[in-house]
Amino acid sequence: MNALQHFFAMGGYGGYVWTSYAVFFAVLLADNVAPRLRRRRVLRDVRGRLARQDARARRTTSTTP
Amino acid sequence: MSTWIPLWLHKLGSPPTFYRVAGAVRPWAMGLALLCGAIGLYGGLVLAPADYQQGDAYRIIFIHVPSAWMSMFIYAVMGAAAFVALVWRVKLAEVVAMESAPIGAAFTFITLVTGSLWGKPMWGTWWTWDARLTSELVLLFLYLGVIGLYHAFEDRRQGARAAGFLAIIGIINVPIVHWSVTWWNTLHQGSTVNVFGHSKMPWDMLWPLLMVMLATKAYYAASLCRRARTDLLALESGKDWVRQVAETEAGR
Repeated sequence: MNALQHFFAMGGYGGYVWTSYAVFFAVLLADNVAPRLRRRRVLRDVRGRLARQDARARRTTSTTP
Repeated sequence: MSTWIPLWLHKLGSPPTFYRVAGAVRPWAMGLALLCGAIGLYGGLVLAPADYQQGDAYRIIFIHVPSAWMSMFIYAVMGAAAFVALVWRVKLAEVVAMESAPIGAAFTFITLVTGSLWGKPMWGTWWTWDARLTSELVLLFLYLGVIGLYHAFEDRRQGARAAGFLAIIGIINVPIVHWSVTWWNTLHQGSTVNVFGHSKMPWDMLWPLLMVMLATKAYYAASLCRRARTDLLALESGKDWVRQVAETEAGR
């Protein structure tokens, strides 16, 4: 058994050890992605509202004689 | 508020200023977290020797224990921020309390799962209802309760007040988790690392553990910055400074 195989085997506990580390990184990755997506959504909503306000303002100015 | 609070703290409490400062702090905190995490996990997985009783299975400790510490630390921060928010009605404290909850819940979940994965080979069971495990599970339910209560209200600030109240009451559970191994006879082992005294752990194993602990602290700071920034944008979406942010980011 070479050194790398030996390392990944973790003395026979590889399944437990690596699953633990996988859970650790997966959960923290999800914790990172969630606010990123929320931020994008929030800013898109703000821009949408600004665009609607602009459109309404232009409409009212064009209809006035 | 009274005059003994320095001016810069008042300024930091204003959403646009905090947004800017948190944006500057976040990459440094995340960098520190990744650096310490990489060094600590290398030390723990590669350099540290195997345990004389548990073999290599004990290496789960390098994520299990720091996560457990964070689950309690974040709860204390959340409770303190919720208290400030309830008493002085500081909007930013509300944001810090409510945005800490998901991060704390994440660390508590990691603690329970990694503990289970460690318990199976060492104790022969995934789960047992002993004091430490049960109180940590209660901690997870408290976090989930705070998150759920916060989102149950139409008005966000009203939700934050109700959830903050629950967060404060739940603080009672933090010392129970911490001292459960001394107060009751548990299957879970007692604490190995003692901040104010002698730790029952060789230095080869101790330094990676402390390094990962530092990494999780820095990670919490970074994640909180990101979440608080996003929450402030949502909370103040009608204000001018948020429009400016939205417009500059549309150009990119």
